[in-house]
Amino acid sequence: MVDVTERAKQLREVAYYPGCALEGSGNGYDVSTRAIAHELGLKLRDVKDWNCCGAMEVKNIDPKIQTYLSSRVLSQAVNKTHNNVVMAPCNGCYHNLKKAEYDLAYDENSREVVEMLSTKAGHQTYEAGQAETIHALDWIKETIGVDGLRGLTKGKLAGLRIANYYGCMYVRPRHIFPEKDKGPGSESTSKPHFMDDLLAAAGGVNVEFPLKTACCGGAHTLSDSDMSTKLVLNILQAAEASGAEVIATECPTCHSGLEMHQIRAEKRFGKKTNVRILYFTQLLGLALGISPRKLGIHTNISHSLDFIREKGLT
Amino acid sequence: MPIHEKSLIRPENITTHDELVIEGVDVSGHWSTFIESRVISDYNEAMEEEIAALPGGENIHRCWQCGSCTNSCTVHAIEPRFNPRYWIYLIRTGMESELLRDKDLIWKCVSCNKCTYACPRDVVPEGVMKATAHWLEMKGHVPESPSMTFDKIFTEQIVEHGKIEDTKVLMQFLKRTNQPLLQDWLKQIVWNIGMRTPVKWGLKSAWNFVFHPRTRGWKKAGAAIQDYIIEVEQHHKSALGVDKSTAANSNAQQHNLHAAE
Repeated sequence: MVDVTERAKQLREVAYYPGCALEGSGNGYDVSTRAIAHELGLKLRDVKDWNCCGAMEVKNIDPKIQTYLSSRVLSQAVNKTHNNVVMAPCNGCYHNLKKAEYDLAYDENSREVVEMLSTKAGHQTYEAGQAETIHALDWIKETIGVDGLRGLTKGKLAGLRIANYYGCMYVRPRHIFPEKDKGPGSESTSKPHFMDDLLAAAGGVNVEFPLKTACCGGAHTLSDSDMSTKLVLNILQAAEASGAEVIATECPTCHSGLEMHQIRAEKRFGKKTNVRILYFTQLLGLALGISPRKLGIHTNISHSLDFIREKGLT
Repeated sequence: MPIHEKSLIRPENITTHDELVIEGVDVSGHWSTFIESRVISDYNEAMEEEIAALPGGENIHRCWQCGSCTNSCTVHAIEPRFNPRYWIYLIRTGMESELLRDKDLIWKCVSCNKCTYACPRDVVPEGVMKATAHWLEMKGHVPESPSMTFDKIFTEQIVEHGKIEDTKVLMQFLKRTNQPLLQDWLKQIVWNIGMRTPVKWGLKSAWNFVFHPRTRGWKKAGAAIQDYIIEVEQHHKSALGVDKSTAANSNAQQHNLHAAE
């Protein structure tokens, strides 16, 4: 058994890998994650000179380039940042680092290519098992925990009806997440619940939302926009039908996809939806009493400030 | 339309004749509707092997046609003609002409990996879709898909800088696919951000747009990746038997297609 308190102590200082999206369109996610860390006294050490993980695009040129890109990030974390727990809030980054870990452990061919490219690039080759990748959800759950949050937030989100949207890359494919589906206490890949747990601890009401792990069409958000708009509209309408006032997200691609196609659905298909879209870290930040501006809520594409005021969350 | 409600007879194969007499028997009119039989004579026996040689297609031989992939597919729910199970069947049996009927659809896979999650045989249907889309492009059956254009822009930025800058990806993509920059929904987004965004963040974004964010010490890594891409491309070309002359041919074809559009 892992010593829970020992583990919590270890995770109080982690290597932080924001990734490209959090520096650009996902700014609100980055700002709110840092604000929460500051509020809770957790240390985030930025991975030194990180690069893009390859997102969903590079693998279509060649999957091994993506494995290399992600392995370089892990190498930077282990060798330059000197921390072997990497926290990646972006689902895409989290997924790719996990996938690289899996490929390096089980695929001889990937190992060869990664070693060749690492040598040419002049940095230490990352080897499977040197680091552990965790998501922002794991990080908060394992450091502060549900009970800790309950005490700190004093039920500030009371009555707020939330649909938790996890997306694809947090749970699929199953084999790259060996720590999931391990029974009580662990995350489930078919019915994920970590975000539900955290927001419920802050007083939120989680609605019965069937599309938790549906796809927003993020990979083709620009190249096949009509498809993405239809997929997003489905998610937004299902959330409204479930009685949700706000959708909590945990991925910058999903988040900006939902916001962007909410507008596009109205402009192109005449389908207007009013459900609000916020990062789960922004909701947790509000519950901890941090101001909306410090959580970057005003930099989201969709308007939520009036809604937050109305709900008395400022 | 659910697959069990779909007609197996294609409309173009149904014919009626206003006046037709065969061996003294009058077979004119609606009551004597003919169904032309489908004849497939030219099997492409190399197709499965070629697709298996491209990244993602490696496990196609494991498929036992249970249909879990199509059943769980995100795109299939919106576009019923998107049918990974059927395409895998066509590839494995070598029915190229049948596969080509859906050639403009196959690139639409959104990589949600629901099929990979559901597949009991580890076929990785998501990978097979990408390999098939790649195969269609390399063989010159289709012009470069918008998705591939996007992937290329993305990868180019990473090779050059180590990171991407999302506004730049968006602008380059719209430019290369000949789309207008001022689309109604894009204007709305820019307006939304512009109305509320603090000056500081606006300046930071503008700075990032002009001076692309880059990874320190990236030069050698970028060069190594670029070399590797060229090597892999060459490898794929020889696996598919697409030598220079046919490649030029397909380029010309693509050019004609673009011109026709």
